[in-house]
Amino acid sequence: MGVIKSKIDPRSEEFRANREAMDALVADLRDTVRQASLGGGEAARERHLARGKLLPRERVRLLLDPGAPFLELSQLAAHEVYDEPVPGAGIITGIGRIAGRECVIVANDATVKGGTYYPLTVKKHLRAQEIAAQNQLPCVYLVDSGGANLPNQDEVFPDREHFGRIFYNQATMSAHGIPQLAVVMGSCTAGGAYVPAMADESIIVKEQGTIFLGGPPLVKAATGEVVSAEELGGADVHARQSGVADHYALNDAHALGLARQLVANLNRPKRASLDLREPRPPAYDPAELAGAVPTDLKTPYDVREVIARIVDASEFDEFKALYGSTLVCGFARLHGYPVGIVANNGVLFSESALKGAHFVELCSQRGIPLIFLQNITGFMVGRKYEAGGIARDGAKLVTAVSCAAVPKLTVIIGGSFGAGNYGMCGRAFNPRFLWMWPNARISVMGGEQAANVLAQVKRDGLERRGERWSNEAEEAFKAPIREQYEHQGHPYYASARLWDDGIIAPADTRRVLALGLSAALNAPVEETKFGVFRM
Amino acid sequence: MFDKILIANRGEIACRIARTCRGLGIRTVAVYSEADADAAHLAACDEAWLLGPAPARESYLNTERILDVARRSGAQAIHPGYGFLSENPDFARACEAAGIAFIGPPAAAIEAMGSKRRAKALLAEAGVPLVPGYHGDDQSEAALLSAAEETGYPLLIKASAGGGGKGMRRVDRAEEFASALAAAKREAASAFGDDSVLLERYLLEPRHIEIQVFADSHGKVVHLHERDCSVQRRHQKVLEEAPAPGLTPALREAMGTAAVRAASAIGYVGAGTVEFIAEPDGRFYFMEMNTRLQVEHPVTEMITGLDLVEWQLRVAAGEQLPRAQNEIPLHGHAFEARLYAEDPHKDFLPSSGRILHLRLPEPELGLRIDAGVRAGEQVSVHYDPMLAKLIVHGPDRSAALQRLRRALDALQIVGPATNLSFLRRLAAHPAFAAGGVSTDFIERYRDALIPARQPVSARMIALAALAELLRLREIAARQAAVSGDPYSPWHAADGWRLNATGSHSLGFRDGDEDFEVSVGFQDDTYLLDLPEGQLQVSGSMGRDGSLLAVLGDQQLRATVVRDRDHLTVLCAAEACTLELRDPYGAGLEHGPDSGSLTAPMPGTVIAVHVSEGEHVSEAQPLLVLEAMKMEYTIRAPMNGVVEAVHYRAGDQVAEGVELLKVEAEAL
Repeated sequence: MGVIKSKIDPRSEEFRANREAMDALVADLRDTVRQASLGGGEAARERHLARGKLLPRERVRLLLDPGAPFLELSQLAAHEVYDEPVPGAGIITGIGRIAGRECVIVANDATVKGGTYYPLTVKKHLRAQEIAAQNQLPCVYLVDSGGANLPNQDEVFPDREHFGRIFYNQATMSAHGIPQLAVVMGSCTAGGAYVPAMADESIIVKEQGTIFLGGPPLVKAATGEVVSAEELGGADVHARQSGVADHYALNDAHALGLARQLVANLNRPKRASLDLREPRPPAYDPAELAGAVPTDLKTPYDVREVIARIVDASEFDEFKALYGSTLVCGFARLHGYPVGIVANNGVLFSESALKGAHFVELCSQRGIPLIFLQNITGFMVGRKYEAGGIARDGAKLVTAVSCAAVPKLTVIIGGSFGAGNYGMCGRAFNPRFLWMWPNARISVMGGEQAANVLAQVKRDGLERRGERWSNEAEEAFKAPIREQYEHQGHPYYASARLWDDGIIAPADTRRVLALGLSAALNAPVEETKFGVFRM
Repeated sequence: MFDKILIANRGEIACRIARTCRGLGIRTVAVYSEADADAAHLAACDEAWLLGPAPARESYLNTERILDVARRSGAQAIHPGYGFLSENPDFARACEAAGIAFIGPPAAAIEAMGSKRRAKALLAEAGVPLVPGYHGDDQSEAALLSAAEETGYPLLIKASAGGGGKGMRRVDRAEEFASALAAAKREAASAFGDDSVLLERYLLEPRHIEIQVFADSHGKVVHLHERDCSVQRRHQKVLEEAPAPGLTPALREAMGTAAVRAASAIGYVGAGTVEFIAEPDGRFYFMEMNTRLQVEHPVTEMITGLDLVEWQLRVAAGEQLPRAQNEIPLHGHAFEARLYAEDPHKDFLPSSGRILHLRLPEPELGLRIDAGVRAGEQVSVHYDPMLAKLIVHGPDRSAALQRLRRALDALQIVGPATNLSFLRRLAAHPAFAAGGVSTDFIERYRDALIPARQPVSARMIALAALAELLRLREIAARQAAVSGDPYSPWHAADGWRLNATGSHSLGFRDGDEDFEVSVGFQDDTYLLDLPEGQLQVSGSMGRDGSLLAVLGDQQLRATVVRDRDHLTVLCAAEACTLELRDPYGAGLEHGPDSGSLTAPMPGTVIAVHVSEGEHVSEAQPLLVLEAMKMEYTIRAPMNGVVEAVHYRAGDQVAEGVELLKVEAEAL
């Protein structure tokens, strides 16, 4: 195998400066994540604990095998989106190992607005279910939620991708043999009642869990019947009388122990169908990525420096190395799994797109998972290229990427602009997972370009009317546009809205990709059928 | 000399006798009870025969069966060891009758020494000094009271037939005498079937010094110097030494001569021990004579270089004593420490259970270990709880003591409670190091020797936590190896979290106290939150439980023994046992049953066994319901109190109605 030879000097001034800048971004990321992970604040946590309940992260920890990794999803969901803080959108989702097998965990955080569903809570819950469905991972729901957030009902209740979709997903996943397990550790009101009711098996915690379609206030209003929550839908009611719950737990810890046992009884051995090898660490320390990558997206660099710090032994067998060199394609192993890597190394030309389409076809044919390392300003523009049919060749790449049925994992390591996002398996192209580095930016085009385009249009209009536009006035026009693009293209903005599955430090890329790949192998690799390629 | 002997004993003494036989080319027959089918002494002998069930009277005390085995196996002699049949004159006679040599004194000598009162009377005639007192046949209260006045207070009332402290009373004043006498007689009567007592002056600061004697059947008697056995608990020896510290050659000579005279007086043959009680001023008195090989005989072997079992065999075979009195050397100093399965915190009550881990000190010059148990063996309640003896020898007392301390520190045992730490503290005690302690040594220094249980130290907690964390890692690795995706990063056990640090929590129980240790994962190391502050730990664990640990800047070797949820950590001479709490069992004192008992189907109540307010125990029948031609008994789900009974016999009940309610008893 070919081994990448790094040209970076970790002792150089440039490396040091890069690393300092990236370290600052990562430190801010970790700090922001830490803030979000605290949930609904000190008082809410104390109240929660005083009721004899475990905090949601403690529940997740106890549910997992001791010391097992937890690949949390959408950590910054709802970050600075609503008028009031809704840390993590009031829900914890992720993939973790329970009783030896990978599962998707969805845990309400009742310390955040009573665990009610904001629009982004719904989106985050559905994204976790989508990951479970695509990768055929059993789902464990730790339910402790007041249901839909009533002031936001128009954005959580009626639409296709709203609250009801949760139950639709439970039913259809169960139909596909993907186990659905629910642990009722708090309220499960109204629609929420269907989470345990639709589950394959459910557990309810004594004197904590309640399940009812209408809570005591609603019952009183509707029929005048006065009843306590416990009498209406407590553990004794559901485990002894209604049969809505299958297992009776005495407390949170007991419930989580029971849940682990349910998973242990699933009889779903994992059979990774790939040619597996023992993992070898990269020849270059992944921690060096912080210094290897310029934080300024305008500074070009060789993406092989990134690949060298992700793949096993830094070994990379490049495909068509001499052709369409702005797109680097090749085979490698990542934590022992065979992968095909598609990585940007400059703007996309026709040749790069053709090469990429060819390579995606190869991987699909062979059942090799694809990893996209996105750092793309877009496709080349101009008369020569349009005439050369760059749109046709770009379409080939987009078709190949869209249809490839092998697991696709995308990391946005720099810019993700325009149609480049599409050709490089952006969110719309159903990668199993998509992560961003903290230095990345995502928008339809760069802020500068957008400002220039809009300024040009405006200047043309003004000049048509014979008016003049001073440079100062133009700059005043462009500045807010640049600012808007910078704000909306920021990874936190993207992650808050679930355009990605999370922001990851460059040094964690190898591990996160390995976890994602391994999780993806829970579903058999399907055969690809491509659409019509425009020739 | 014999070709083959039967060893009518078990444990370390059976193994020890077999060892000498092996050296002399004598074949050995082991006998065993059903409880001892895997015991060490079977492997030490050439053949092994089952005697019977575990209780001693059906096995090791079963004379008929033992003689039958001896006959069928062709054994020419029986060595009784100590305990069991070793001082049973009937057995000695039965051996004689069966034509099998009894390796011990003649039955008459055993009998003569069996009753303390008779022994003393006999020896008084031979001029052996006795503790002032009364050993007369007149057992009337008046005679005893006047004898008491003569002896002086404080004094001891002892059962004539007694031993082991039964029927023994200390009397400090004349007024207490009558009631103490009555109590002693009562105890003696019930324990020995004989209520006769003797009186003895109670000696202050006495020492227990005994002389090893040996006599052959040709009339020759020698002594092999003394042993100091003053360190005793519950009148039983725990640490012995030879020679006795501070004993002058003249006094040794005097005691030796007295002992030889005692043995000669009763026509003794074989190994025997004459026990004296010595006062600080050098006066000594005869206490009793043991007509067998003593547990502590190895200290004599260490200082004389002689094999006492070999001597026993030679004497029993009719040979002459191998050495004359002036040919018996005395080299250096020796100690013996007895490892018992007993709990010093529970007044040395014997304990039982499986030996989960046993590591004896590495063999070295001047160290001898007589062990009768192996790891994995069950210590049963049926027999003496002594597990092993550590015997050390050195050129002088302080060198030998140093060796003893090191050997005790190196000894590891996990399973039933033992007196190991007690022994370590004994050996380390300055008063003991000074030498010449009296028999009240343990009582006097009880607080230092048996300190109240200390909370487990931070170091031991750290080791226990590390051991558990490494085990979790090992479990994950084993799981990985058998999975369909063996190299999967999901098999890691490093607590990885995205953009955060993983943590874990271990719940321990130390006695009655519960505590948690928070763990932060840092790659291959763990950051423990201990009461003393944070500590970074890492390490590796061998399959045998050996733990190589790095705690902060210190590297340590420890041993960890796991018994289900109990972790015992041994590090240097420190040991602790912690219970690992089930993280999923927190607060689960009751089963998932509620006290509300409902009718499983519609039916008729045909009987109600309890009424409101009644205490009930788990599974107790409370009510009987007849339905669909079947009778259903409703039982108490837990211990508790009947809070409500809703129906009477004859009542019709619907399905699911509450029949009665039981309130769980608060724990």
